[in-house]
Amino acid sequence: MRRRVVITGVGVLAPGGVGVKEFWSLLSDGRTATRTITFFDPSPFRSRVAAEIDFAPAAHGLSQQEIRRMDRAAQLAVVATRAAVGDSGVELTELDPCRVGTAIGSAVGATMGLEEEYRVVSDDGRLELVDHEYVVPHLYNHFVPSSFAAEIAWAVGAEGPAIVVSTGCTSGLDSVGHACELIRDGSVDVMIAGATDAPISPITVACFDAIKATTPRNDDAEHASRPFDGTRNGFVLGEGAAVFVLEDMDSAQRRNAHIYAEIAGFAARCNAFHMTGLRPDGRELAEAVRVALDEARMSAEDIDYVNAHGSGTKQNDRHETAAFKRSLGEHAYRTPVSSIKSMIGHSLGAIGSIEIAASVLAIEHNVVPPTANLHTPEPECDLDYVPITAREWHTDTVLTVGSGFGGFQSAMVLTRAGRSTS
Amino acid sequence: MTTPVVVTGIGVLAPNGLGAADYWAATLKGHNGIGRITRFDPSPYPARLAGEVPGFVAREHLPSRLIPQTDHMTRLALVAAEWALADAGVRPDELAEFEMGVITASASGGFEFGQNELRNLWSKGSRYVSAYQSFAWFYAVNTGQISIRHGMRGPGSVVVSDQAGGLDAVGQARRQIRNGSKLIVSGGVDGSICPWGWVAHLATGRLSTSDEPDRAYLPFDTEARGHVPGEGGALLILEDAEAARIRGARSVYGEIAGYGATFDPKPGSDRERGPRRAIELALTDAAMEPGEIDVVFADAAAMPERDRIEAAAITAVFGPRAVPVTAPKTMVGRLCSGAASLDIAAALLSIRDGVVPPTTNVSLSVEYELDLVLTKPRASVVRAALVVACGHGGFNSAVVVRAPR
Repeated sequence: MRRRVVITGVGVLAPGGVGVKEFWSLLSDGRTATRTITFFDPSPFRSRVAAEIDFAPAAHGLSQQEIRRMDRAAQLAVVATRAAVGDSGVELTELDPCRVGTAIGSAVGATMGLEEEYRVVSDDGRLELVDHEYVVPHLYNHFVPSSFAAEIAWAVGAEGPAIVVSTGCTSGLDSVGHACELIRDGSVDVMIAGATDAPISPITVACFDAIKATTPRNDDAEHASRPFDGTRNGFVLGEGAAVFVLEDMDSAQRRNAHIYAEIAGFAARCNAFHMTGLRPDGRELAEAVRVALDEARMSAEDIDYVNAHGSGTKQNDRHETAAFKRSLGEHAYRTPVSSIKSMIGHSLGAIGSIEIAASVLAIEHNVVPPTANLHTPEPECDLDYVPITAREWHTDTVLTVGSGFGGFQSAMVLTRAGRSTS
Repeated sequence: MTTPVVVTGIGVLAPNGLGAADYWAATLKGHNGIGRITRFDPSPYPARLAGEVPGFVAREHLPSRLIPQTDHMTRLALVAAEWALADAGVRPDELAEFEMGVITASASGGFEFGQNELRNLWSKGSRYVSAYQSFAWFYAVNTGQISIRHGMRGPGSVVVSDQAGGLDAVGQARRQIRNGSKLIVSGGVDGSICPWGWVAHLATGRLSTSDEPDRAYLPFDTEARGHVPGEGGALLILEDAEAARIRGARSVYGEIAGYGATFDPKPGSDRERGPRRAIELALTDAAMEPGEIDVVFADAAAMPERDRIEAAAITAVFGPRAVPVTAPKTMVGRLCSGAASLDIAAALLSIRDGVVPPTTNVSLSVEYELDLVLTKPRASVVRAALVVACGHGGFNSAVVVRAPR
């Protein structure tokens, strides 16, 4: 009999508020956290909007030494980890450390820290042969972001398998999916899994400017992220982290843990089409949904809510809508579908995990978060996207999906504990 | 009963050989691929040697449209994947698209590409940043490009665990085959030999500052003073053994029989480091006894403290001088996430040819109770091999490969 994997702890740091309570309050109120970029002078850029977190690492218990050596993305992840472990009530010190693993998703790793250090050693790009005399001792930790998994493992004393999963914008689904597989096959008993990204830096803004992937709606920053809306014209860059404690269901039940949800199914597929382009028919994402449902031994009709990728680019929202119709059939029209990126932007690799958090909170509260800023319907996006206002909705089972550069397409099915029959 | 997962194709680009055949011939001859850096002027830096893949002209191997959108290491990876598929006799268009996947390891992404674009941004302005920057540097790029080139629409993933990544990718690929995929391209091809990457390596304080290629990288030697970074690696075709038989695979190099991974305790802890347990987990996973392993491919950090930990782990599991140990990476350097999958390739070729490649240039320190295969290859029946890899920060992984049944 296959082990079943449940989420018993949640830690979230997202734009608009640090912590699960603040996160859920923002989502259920339908407020937005997008604004004009404050981290640097955005005036040279085409897109000058982002969803930033007001985050003071020292206030969250990080020491000066930790703050110095960790990139912002690692700091967010470590704070989210401590919150998740505290929330779960699991006593990690009572377990064999080798049975506790770590899987952290990140699309762009320590990109902020790398850019800062690059500016120093290159004298703002003047030197091609950058100057090693100015290098900080922790530069290698920025260079190879497996350091994120190391920081988290150290924070909780985990000595089982540790990994960073980096599949672009599906990293946060894929890391949790990977963690789930490790518990199922018996490699570990507990996984600290989630994702983090802090990409709001000039190089990231510039690279998305270059392909017009981000929105130029600079005059209305608060309403700039418009998934599924007819006026959408690109995504809003965000940042954040969400980390979970994953356990096998039997041990969680034995210790009377609060179980947020069971991870019932997961699948990742490549679209093998284009590094940034999507075929309009959504075929590979639909296949990922089909396989995830199959693994959960569920059918389309079991899905109560679809937490969409909904990035707000022309091509994504069309692609994704087609994928839902293809995989869920008529049920796609009957089930609410929403994108929280309308409120907290797109934090690249982190968002998949943040959306898992939103999904389990939807189950917890029987409330579906809305798609903010959705006023103008359009024919290609004709599902029920829960515009503007959250909806009380009996939610036992959620499908959450991700899609990203490199062609990665992932889908996960989360269900109220005890409901799945797999 | 789980399905055996076998390796049916090997694609290698290494500092001492282009292609698995050249690499293996060079390795058995003890040919050293380490030399003074040619890709940029290394004279301002305290370390100046690297293992560069020689004679690789991307335009001879790849369509011209791929050149502007790829980092050097992605070009190497695309060619490695193509060669591995050719070696396996696989025609991807004849297989089911959703049953083929790609799972690679990455350490630092397309760092040279990233340096150029950072330079464009900061010296010229944001309008000069390449339209390809959004994906050409990121860690997921090799998996994405390989899946696109060969129409592979099954599971895709990318793992980052520094030097251990080449084994972790293979472990994850095996898991996906057990979940129902038929074929996965896996392993690592890596490299960041550019000034910006170089200073990141230098920051570790673990690079050898020697200018003599034969004296720079000396694991398990009293003269061990750090390592030499390199580029390249190996991609492998992993298949479900039954699926490989049905499609008439022409060669099976061996089975990925066991895998284990651990993470070291926090620095300063008095708990034992993780390599021993990773080795034991891999053996248990393979349902094998230490005595059934015919050779160990060591991580070979060439830092005295790390060498001691690894030697102690090998000795604890196998006994003093009880198993031949080798580190042919003395001829290529440490290839980031490409290193360990190259060692898997070498282990499979050892099984095929009944020979253990040497650890060149090293005089074994009396401190280590290892049967290190020095100087020349050793003829020996190899039925099973253990590959060990340790990544910066505490990542320990081990894989057992076994002769085909």
